[in-house]
Amino acid sequence: MWDESPEGMGELAVETKNLVRIYRRKRSSQDSQERQVIALDGVNVEIPYGELFGLLGPNGAGKTTLIKILVTLLLPTSGTARVAGLDVVQQAYQVRELISMVSGGEHSGYGLLTVREQLWMFSQFYGLPTRLALARIDELLKIVGLYEERNRRVSDLSTGMRQKMNLVRGLLSDPLVFFLDEPTVGLDVSAARDIRAYIKEWIREKPGRTILLTTHYMQEAEELCDRVAIIHKGRIIACDSPAALRRSAASGSYFLLTTERLSEDGWLKEVPGVRRVDIRVLDGRTEIRLQVAEDGVIAEVVRALADRERKIYSLTKVEPSLEDVFMQLVGRRMEEADEGR
Amino acid sequence: MRAGKKLTRVFRAMVGRSYPRIIGSNRDKSWLFYDTVLPLLGTVAFVYVYKALGAPERFIGYVIMGGATTAFWMNVMWSMAAQFYWEKQGGNLELYMMMPCGLTPILLGMSLGGLVATLLRAILIVSLGSLLFHVSYTLPQVPLFLLIFTITIIALYGLGVVFASLFLFWGREAWHTVNLFMEPVFLASGFYFPVRALGFWVGLGASIIPLTLGLDAMRQLLFAGMHPALLPVEVELAILGFVAILFILLARHLLQKMEYLARREGRLSLRF
Repeated sequence: MWDESPEGMGELAVETKNLVRIYRRKRSSQDSQERQVIALDGVNVEIPYGELFGLLGPNGAGKTTLIKILVTLLLPTSGTARVAGLDVVQQAYQVRELISMVSGGEHSGYGLLTVREQLWMFSQFYGLPTRLALARIDELLKIVGLYEERNRRVSDLSTGMRQKMNLVRGLLSDPLVFFLDEPTVGLDVSAARDIRAYIKEWIREKPGRTILLTTHYMQEAEELCDRVAIIHKGRIIACDSPAALRRSAASGSYFLLTTERLSEDGWLKEVPGVRRVDIRVLDGRTEIRLQVAEDGVIAEVVRALADRERKIYSLTKVEPSLEDVFMQLVGRRMEEADEGR
Repeated sequence: MRAGKKLTRVFRAMVGRSYPRIIGSNRDKSWLFYDTVLPLLGTVAFVYVYKALGAPERFIGYVIMGGATTAFWMNVMWSMAAQFYWEKQGGNLELYMMMPCGLTPILLGMSLGGLVATLLRAILIVSLGSLLFHVSYTLPQVPLFLLIFTITIIALYGLGVVFASLFLFWGREAWHTVNLFMEPVFLASGFYFPVRALGFWVGLGASIIPLTLGLDAMRQLLFAGMHPALLPVEVELAILGFVAILFILLARHLLQKMEYLARREGRLSLRF
């Protein structure tokens, strides 16, 4: 699609400097007062070519706002953003030649068209000659396992199939920088796994191409991304490889403990050496994720449970996850930090 | 990108977007009933009113032509003016906005697709109406007739793009806004009677809707010497040409404005 090499397009695939985006919204239609929502608050990101970069954060953290600015759909309030060395405000049309975006839960296109027709229509917006477009569509449909459905109407596709078709739509123009906004949201486990596999395969086969992926699934970020930025309340609060981020949270040891349901759990934090306690109730049992100062502390926890005559069903030492990193940085689990909670 | 390559892309994008409209008419045949038989019923009612009043035969021709032209007005309002609103609701608009071809060829494609389907509907209405009521037309100046029709359609679809931009921003419920423009235009544009009957100045005021002058000019050619014209054909053609250019320029300006506002305020892509 694009003729020039990445080398001729700036040193970074994506670069933002002090990016700020403020929304102004009226409280109600009768109210003349406006409220300000700071969606991005001085975001600095540098993504080199060839990287699969993840933006991880709860709902309302600013992930979609950042992606919308980078794909030229939204203007920043202040700061700068560049894609392939091009300014997304001043050179929006040049940027659009080089990028593509697929969002989770996307229902684009027209239900009465077949899969192949729909994809052909989008290929025409990029100016692809029909023969080339159809050959590319068929090739990509085979890769995502949707070739047999090529003549099926879009309205008859399942959610997972539809998202695979959207992924093909995004790849039709062979973008230099590919933006994926929560691409597996709402998909079943199998469809989400397929989508992640295609994403990994695409970037492996296309060296020099870049993916910016937003997600609020920790596992997805860990599995796919070379580097992950954690975004919270419009600010990047950490940015590194998943392994390095986990190491940063690795002071002490982590244990996963399942017990009989606990009626009261405040005492756990009082056990000497316990740094953090995260409790979930599952099927009448209590799952406790513990960060402790050193391995020996767990014996004190077990003893305290025995004193309270609580059965222990399982005890496992676990590696710190991005969830732990997020908890360490924000003080809450990702799902608790979702907008409005 | 070279100009030739750009032009090719504009053409391809236009054809691409017109495809769902054209193929849609072919796949869902219910339009044959809803878009031809139902409008024809309204037309037939006017025909019988004129017959009961003993109006001259040419009035039946007026009504049939008006009925056919109604299809274009409805297409422009429902399938163009309100379309961006629905594209936004369906999630297509933000994808269209980030296409390198821009919004203009996509809108042109929409118009082209709508025009092909509507032309077919209009031909069906004229043919059926003329057959049912034995209306005959004389058309000595076919090229002039086609020229008037073409310029009217260009101006009309230009107006459609203008409305599309306006509805998107100020028409929270495009549905109601479209309805607001239906019946008053049917009346003021003289769809079922010579617009001159409303008086010269009212007719002239209604000329901002391209169909008013377009219909009047075409009726003058079809019923030569019998039609109470608002203005001479040549003058109407000149005004239509001016209106067409005006709407195209205005549409271009509003589209750019709309895109800028959309990017600034996030009103089209985000439901924050």
